[in-house]
This record gives sequence, structure tokens and C-alpha cells, in this order.
Amino acid sequence: MKWEPVIGIEVHVELETQSKMFCGCAVDFEAEPNTNVCPVCLGLPGALPVPNRTAIEWITKIGLAFNCSISERSQFHRKNYFYSDQPKNYQISQFDVPVCHDGWIDVTVDGETSRIRVNRAHMEEDTGKSIHVGESGRIHSATETLLNFNRAGVPLVEIVSEADIRSAAQARAYAQDLRTVVAALGVSDAKLEEGSIRFDANVSIRPVGTEPFGTKVEVKNMNSFRSLERAVDYEILRQADVLDQGGTVDQETRHWDEGEGVTHSMRSKEGSSDYRYFPEPDLLPIEVTEEWRNEIAATLPELPSARAARYVGLGVDADSATSLAGSEPLMVMFESSLAAGAPAQVAANWLTGEVTAWSRRESTDITDSALTGQHVAQLAAMVEANSLSSTAAKEVLGHVLAGEGDPADVAAAHDLIQISDSGALESAVDQVIGENEDQFARLAGGEDKLIGFFVGQVMRVTGGKADPRAVTDIIRSRIG
Amino acid sequence: MPIEIDIAHVARLARIELSDQQLADYRAQLGVILDHAARVQELPTDGVAPTSHPLDMVNAFRDDVVSPSLDRDEVLSQAPDAINGFFRVPPSLDNE
Ligand SMILES: [Zn+2]
Repeated sequence: MKWEPVIGIEVHVELETQSKMFCGCAVDFEAEPNTNVCPVCLGLPGALPVPNRTAIEWITKIGLAFNCSISERSQFHRKNYFYSDQPKNYQISQFDVPVCHDGWIDVTVDGETSRIRVNRAHMEEDTGKSIHVGESGRIHSATETLLNFNRAGVPLVEIVSEADIRSAAQARAYAQDLRTVVAALGVSDAKLEEGSIRFDANVSIRPVGTEPFGTKVEVKNMNSFRSLERAVDYEILRQADVLDQGGTVDQETRHWDEGEGVTHSMRSKEGSSDYRYFPEPDLLPIEVTEEWRNEIAATLPELPSARAARYVGLGVDADSATSLAGSEPLMVMFESSLAAGAPAQVAANWLTGEVTAWSRRESTDITDSALTGQHVAQLAAMVEANSLSSTAAKEVLGHVLAGEGDPADVAAAHDLIQISDSGALESAVDQVIGENEDQFARLAGGEDKLIGFFVGQVMRVTGGKADPRAVTDIIRSRIG
Repeated sequence: MPIEIDIAHVARLARIELSDQQLADYRAQLGVILDHAARVQELPTDGVAPTSHPLDMVNAFRDDVVSPSLDRDEVLSQAPDAINGFFRVPPSLDNE
């Protein structure tokens, strides 16, 4: 049987507000355990939650960025379940009327663009953090659990896609694009490795050409885009295997095991109705009026897709434009390079090439390097003026990134300045011609391949610092 | 017609242990409440917006400002067990 995967992605984004969602405790993950807790986020009897206005503005911003409609009136619900990282025994979330609904983003894989619909984005609160202590350090053999409630009550936005995704690669592209937008909005540091953005995938398969959905499995615990793609791929193959052998897929939650490259079945999930959602009686409805919505919309930054299109308009190739627009540090450096007068495509090449490679190699953010937009513009001007070869420019860039100084100083210090002063080059050419009169006569007589010999000799005389193009021109002028 | 309630299921969700007698009592009592809700549902409510809160108010927000948290020693002293600044509880994987 040929199977078609049907995938939906749920994303949890921790908002980087100053204080928690419903109380004034600080949002600070570096803090000592259980130092940012109070009666509200510990669920002590009688404590009353009061929503953080900034969090409501930020989820609205997220919704607008994903082309969602914003509910004029929405409300909080209690989602009831027992788990020790959740002190109230319910999570304040949203149920039938989320703040944002019915949006979309366009996702491109291998040059093919698909529109992935966003079902909803709703406001909720995060849980505390558990440490499972046991001999093996694994959850199944834990002997006790230690709890830190600093994260409990941190504003959390859940963004739920429709089941519009049809491959693991597309799931990854959707997740990456979504992260890029959230990071650009400045509402979360959106770091997968720190759990401030988390992706779960709902995966099912159906025979190609059929409509009804198969049984869906929720896959969790992917902490990189690569593991998201691998986990979805694995799950598609696993389900196809089960069905091909006449079995049935269980509706369940499975955990991705990065080391083994497989998913494992976890506890069976309580059905949706078992959460006994009911309106949160301690909280009033949220009303986002058109006026408030417009105020929030006015604070939206230029989004990555629009930014990339603008860069293409400046003459940057599409791939580089997407890379620059999708990374905050690259974007900032590119913009300041342009402002300092660097040509767009030249700056784009260096930033997506040498500078990105340096950043990976050194595990250092570009924003933490010594490079400035002024440097990029200066370097470009030196290449333009032929005082640096493009190869030497890349070398200079490395030294500038390492903090050795500005491009002119670095190029001088490393003796990389190209001689393009025509007087100096002309005397070097004449000296070489004088030393090689026979070869020059043959060149002048039409043996054109000897031009390489003369350029080489001039380079030798100048210690490799002559601009080869200028040298060639001068030699030719001597023949004529 | 009385509404059927799986009272044992409800009790399990709430982590409450009930005797057979209690199950029967509560089933009957909850049934009365559900019958009442069913009667309310018979009322014509077309064009009436759902009421999620008795107060006719919206948007009671707080500014995003940090206020002091509780003293950790005092917090942990209320817990049955704590260690190194953490609450300590039995292993919390749900095995049901
Ligand atoms: Zn608190």
C-alpha cells in the first residue's frame, strides 16, 4: 500500500515577559529553584490570578504575524488534570474561544510553496520543571521527583496548525519558519535547546488518494529541527509498517529517543473530554477591540518573508535574502552594512559565507564579534578600489571578526594590500620586460600565452601584492 | 429521563476513593443536578450570547511588572518534603 502522511504541528512558545502570566513573580530561568513563586503560581487556596496585559498584546502580535483573526472576545478555561509539575491540578488555558484563530503561513520546500493553515493560537500558563531522580536517571525507574516551580505560570502561547503538512521535510520547514517569525517579533528568545519553544507533531497516515484521516499519534521530545524531521520520518515508516502487516495504530503519545532514533510509547493520554474544561470563574473575558488590535498591529516589525522580498529587490539572490532575513544577528549586520554604504550582494555574500562559517566554527554570535557594518562597507570599498583581492578580503574578514582591528589596519598589518598604484605597477612591469626581452619579443609577435608568464613575474617582483588585472592591462599597453 | 453518570470514572478523575454506598449516593445527587441542567437547556436561547462570567466586565489586567515572591524557606516548610530548594514528591510518572 502507498501511504500519505498527514501531519499537524503544535508549538509552545514561552513569552519573555518580565513577570508571569497571572502573578508578579519574575520570569527568570537562571534563578535558584523555587525563588520565583507566590500563592498564585503555587496554587495556594484563595489566591486569585490577574492576567498580564503585555502577554495578551504579545499573543495578539503572534496571531497577526500568522495572519490569524483576533477574537473580539475570548476567555480562559480550566484544563483539569493531575500531574505534580502543576500545583493547582488544573492549567489555565483557553478552549472554545482562543485569542487568535484561522491563520496561515506559506512554507517552501525544494522550491515548492504550500500554505499551511494555523487553526489557533491560545494563551495558557507553563508548568513547573521536574527532575526525575533514580539510579538510571530515566523517568521509568525514577525513585522520586524534585520540583521547581519557577517556570509554573510563565506565559505560554500554543500555536496549533491544521493537519495540512504532508512530509517530514515540510514539518521541519514549518517549524523553522514559525520560529523565525516568533524570534523576529521579539516576544520570546525562541530557543529549542532551552525549551523556550517546543514542537510536538501529530502524525497519521492514510492510503494515497483517500480522504479520511488515520489514527493520529502525538510525537514529543524533539529538541532540534533535525530531530523533529527524523522523528516524523520514523513515525511515518513505523505506522506504515504496522498497517502493512495488518495491525492497527494506537492513538497514543510517543516520545522520540534521539540516541536510538526511534519513538517509544508513553502513558496513554486521557481523552479530551476527561480534561473537563470549564470557564475559569476567577478570570474575566478578554476583549481585544479593533482599536487595541490596530495599536498592536502598528508595533509589528517587518516580518522575515517581507524582509527577504525587500532584499531581493536590492539585488540580493533569493537564498541569501532568505538566510539574512531569517536570522536576527545577520539581518542587523546586513542592515548596518547597507547603511554604511556596502553594496547589497557583496555584503550578503560575506555575511552568509565567511561570517556565518566563522560564527559556527567559533560558536559565537555575530553580534558578539568585533565586526561592524562599517567594517563590511570599508572592506567592500577596498575590493572595489582594487587595493584588496577578493581572496585577501576574506582573510581580512577573518582577522576583523577576531577583533584585530578595522579592515585597513588589518590588511596593512598582514601585508595584504594590493599594489594598484599605476606608477609602481608600471615600473615593476618595465623591470620585468627589461629582464626578459626575448620572451617579450615573442609575446609581441603574437605568442599570447606568454602573458601569464609576465603577470607571474610581476607578482614575484611585487611579492604577490600586484593587482593581476591591472598588471595585464599595463603589459598589453606595452605591446601595443 | 435520568442522565447516566459513570460516577466511578468521575471519582477516579478527581482522585477520590468512594465506597459503593457513596458511589450510589453521589450518582443520585449528581443526577438531580444534571436533570436540572437539562431542563435549563430546553429554554430557547437563540440569539443569547453565552455567559462565561456573572460580572458584566472585561479586561481586568495587571501591568507586566515584577513584584516580590515568597521566601523559599517559608514556602518549602509548608511542604511534606523538600530537599536542596526543591519540593520532593513520589515519582510522578502516571502508571494508570
Ligand atoms: Zn507567582
